[in-house]
Amino acid sequence: MSEIHLEQVTVTVPTHDGEREILHETTLHLVEQRIVLIGPNGSGKSTLARLVNGLVPATTGRVLVDGLDVAREGRDVRRRVGFMFTDPSAQLVMPTAREDVALSLRRQVRDKAERLASADRVLADFGLEGFGDRSVHALSGGEGQLLALAGVLATEPSILVADEPTTLLDLGNSRKIGGLLLGIPQQLVLVTHDLELAARCDRALLVRGGRVERDGIPAEVIEHYRRTA
Amino acid sequence: MSAQLLGLHQPGTTWLHRLPAGAKLLGLMAASLVVVVVRGPGSAVAFLAIATVLLVWSGARLGLTLRAMRWLLLTAAILGAWTVWQNGWPRAVEVVGDLVALILLATTLTVTTPVDEVLDAVARGLQPLRRVGVDPEAVALAFSLMLRAIPTTIMLAEESRDAALARGLERSPRARLIPFVIRVVARARDTGDALHARGIGD
Repeated sequence: MSEIHLEQVTVTVPTHDGEREILHETTLHLVEQRIVLIGPNGSGKSTLARLVNGLVPATTGRVLVDGLDVAREGRDVRRRVGFMFTDPSAQLVMPTAREDVALSLRRQVRDKAERLASADRVLADFGLEGFGDRSVHALSGGEGQLLALAGVLATEPSILVADEPTTLLDLGNSRKIGGLLLGIPQQLVLVTHDLELAARCDRALLVRGGRVERDGIPAEVIEHYRRTA
Repeated sequence: MSAQLLGLHQPGTTWLHRLPAGAKLLGLMAASLVVVVVRGPGSAVAFLAIATVLLVWSGARLGLTLRAMRWLLLTAAILGAWTVWQNGWPRAVEVVGDLVALILLATTLTVTTPVDEVLDAVARGLQPLRRVGVDPEAVALAFSLMLRAIPTTIMLAEESRDAALARGLERSPRARLIPFVIRVVARARDTGDALHARGIGD
């Protein structure tokens, strides 16, 4: 299993009258397979998740993924860490489903014809056979998120960070994507408001006001969150 | 260009479909030059006739194509009326004829060529520039993102318009424009984050 290590990490952003702290000095060592971040909107949980692949840089402190420093070895870290966004339409950048998965595979498979064939196999693995030529605009929310997941996992990362991947989905698709995420062999860092999904993870962190307020067994952390929300 | 125009590709077996995308792109560029350089209403009518024949030959569905092009044609009509008023009929026929001929030629390319083939042709065409530091695949991806941004931007404009309508602010340019611009910038940032997360540009 991969290791994510945050060492006294602080994140601040500039404001018109100085700066605002998004994440207060945080030290964490994450080695469990399924880690969930819960907490109110604007609490800093997405910032914490985005630190893992360098989408948000640490203002102070450092983030290590399998011993690699995210700030100095970002390229290698991003090869290990896949990222799934809330809105798949922001993530899907190529005109068709096949091309979008092929874009993810451009480093592993240099030959284009072979890459497109590999993309078709990935689509089939995710139950998206027949979607290859479909415009990414024509996909439903659930299909789009499934394609986004296929595109990320096609590169076989060792860690997947998923930032509220089920928030925009209906109940059926939310359960489908949630179930798929919990079943992947990769280490999962999941940001979610879905407490049912959170309860099925191995470790939960409650983030509030830019601090990790609780860290432990999901059932206990969720119970504390319910009582204090 | 509209969102519908991007979805006009229609598989087929005509000679135009079989022609390589690069040849069609070069042809379109050459035709654009000729249309601009050759002056006069007579030549404009000839260009328009040739472009119409090519579009019909491509097997484009008339209703769908006209629906997709309606705003461009409306713009051409307004431009034509303005030119008649300012410069007279011969000049208006030349301007509108040339413009519509180019629109029809570009539409013929769209109808007969999938977007990925156009992007591949762009990437291949830029290969010689690799020696001076240009990354052809990155340029092709930029083209793709640009094409992808068009329907998304139209969707954001429609949503911003609907939101203004729902608040009874349909006559307020500020209520329509400011949310639209903010959302377009936010979407651009999200796309940048997604590309970064996928290691594109590393």
